[in-house]
Amino acid sequence: MSAEIPLWVQWLVGLFLVVGSSFALIGTIGLLRLKSFYQRVHAPTLGSTLGTWLTVGASMLFFSFLQHRPVLLELLLGVFLYLTAPVTSILLVRAAIVRERRASMARHEDVPTGYTDPEHPEEERRPGLPAGEAAEGQASLQHPAR
Amino acid sequence: MSGFLTFAIFYALVALALAAIITSVRLIIGPSAQDRVLALDCLYICAMLFLVVLGIRYEHHRYFDIALLIALFGFVGSVSAAKFLIRGEVIE
Repeated sequence: MSAEIPLWVQWLVGLFLVVGSSFALIGTIGLLRLKSFYQRVHAPTLGSTLGTWLTVGASMLFFSFLQHRPVLLELLLGVFLYLTAPVTSILLVRAAIVRERRASMARHEDVPTGYTDPEHPEEERRPGLPAGEAAEGQASLQHPAR
Repeated sequence: MSGFLTFAIFYALVALALAAIITSVRLIIGPSAQDRVLALDCLYICAMLFLVVLGIRYEHHRYFDIALLIALFGFVGSVSAAKFLIRGEVIE
């Protein structure tokens, strides 16, 4: 069946596949090796943009010559990822910012009561000191000499 | 199928499988929750590309539908996980 496909199309499809999957692989290596979360967000976009477009293009080319009619259905996949990948990245980075701010606030004591820092679960915030203890702490803070 | 196309399909399958393995390493060791969600996001893209390449390998168009479904559900899953990390609840 695939003998009907011209040789140059087969070479082009193979080239697209090799380059596209290599880009996806490089993106995941970056995901493993980069240092902080904000650097790691960038790496997999290599696979979700260029890797996806090249693989989808290879599939479009292959099926168009296989079925002797233009097969544009694969564009759906590329356009869908093109629209949704930035949304996911933005939401993830926003989640990271919110969570880090929450954690740093929990370390600086002015945080809503009953909140547990996910990075340090052992120092759980108590709902509040008893009134006498708090007043005592306040007094010793104001008059350290006594 | 020419020799180069067979080799290219084999290479693409191996590279994408390797990518999925590397992503699962990040999924396991990821220090924070957002790292794990990012790794899941990357993992579904790898699975989707794998299915597209399988469709070329077996010359069948059914694989493309599965890839499209994986893309749809992967997007919904990543977005709801990110919303959960922001607010602690998905449905408000």
